[in-house]
Amino acid sequence: MAAEPQRAKALDELVKGLWRENPVFIAVLGLCPALAVTNSLTNGLVMGLATTFVLVGSSLLVSLLRKVIPRPVRISVYIIIIATFVTTVDFVLAALMPVAHKQLGAFISLIVVNCLILGRQEAFSSRNSVGLALADALGMSGGFTLALALIGAVREVLGNGSLLGYPLFGEGFEPWVIMILPPGGFLTVGVLLVLFAWGKARLERRWTS
Amino acid sequence: MDELIFIFASASVINNFTLTYFLGLCPFFGVTGRLDTAFRLGLANIFVMLITALASWVLNSFVLPYAPYLRLITFIIVIASTVQFVEMVIKKASPALFRALGIFLPLITTNCAILGLALFSTNRGYDLLEGLVYALGAGLGLTLALVIMAGLREETELAGVPKLVRGVAMSFFIAGILSMAFMGFAGLFHGS
Repeated sequence: MAAEPQRAKALDELVKGLWRENPVFIAVLGLCPALAVTNSLTNGLVMGLATTFVLVGSSLLVSLLRKVIPRPVRISVYIIIIATFVTTVDFVLAALMPVAHKQLGAFISLIVVNCLILGRQEAFSSRNSVGLALADALGMSGGFTLALALIGAVREVLGNGSLLGYPLFGEGFEPWVIMILPPGGFLTVGVLLVLFAWGKARLERRWTS
Repeated sequence: MDELIFIFASASVINNFTLTYFLGLCPFFGVTGRLDTAFRLGLANIFVMLITALASWVLNSFVLPYAPYLRLITFIIVIASTVQFVEMVIKKASPALFRALGIFLPLITTNCAILGLALFSTNRGYDLLEGLVYALGAGLGLTLALVIMAGLREETELAGVPKLVRGVAMSFFIAGILSMAFMGFAGLFHGS
């Protein structure tokens, strides 16, 4: 039966983005939003979900149109497709979540130049069927959202002493303000990258022994 | 005049695009392996930023009042075609410079600092002169960050860094410390 391996492949494309090819911690793509807006868990989640919408939408459209788009101008076509979805998500957020939209500001518009999205169109959606492209986009954006949420949570707990806006510690807690300022973003991602590399090395050693 | 100096200082050091807004991180981590390429890339960025500032002002004043929802699409098309155009001009006028810049020239299109510049300066309602000063400041700030980073990375190349931290993670720690250092510039205009 052809359906079985097909489904296994789709599942594999879905799962790889979460860990093995995690866009932020393994491939180190899409860093601008990963650092700029993740000073709280809420902002990280909103940014992750907005990126998910754009990536899934444009992957579907690019995969559907992959036989129609002429190769020489494909990058421009991808960019216009992505920009259309970003404009949509920008207006939707402005209408539904004005507070979050104001906090994220221009960084929602900057999803257009997130190299993760353009990279997936060029590397995957333009040469695979709609189903596989959907699985890939969902996996990659899932991994991206998880990474942003993780960075946002670490920075909010350490820098503000709260999670999702609720204070975690008592009155005596002195927040480590640097963590919600720009340097904290670089340091948090640096530490997380080391932890991921360490975990990966450990797993590989267990596999081989 | 004071206003212009403030915009310039703010864009170049106080709110450095790379170290406080996290814009243009891809080249920041990607091409800062060597000092001279980092410097040249910075110069190419300044050039594209100046043209983008001009183009985004024209679009924002004459086209976008009629169709605000086209902002993002027109900006990105203008940036892509500007980069293409600059590439052709440089190729024709100075083949030596063209070879020196190589692949970095077309890659400027996907540098978020350029689109960020267009968005920020139109959000703040800068006029043409302010926009150009802002672009020059941001470009110089970007170049400064690239050059400092490249210099530091060349130095740490031979240091005894643990294997797990070597590479991108190390660059992040360096960037974090640099970013902390740049926070000091925030006090620059308190006295006045």
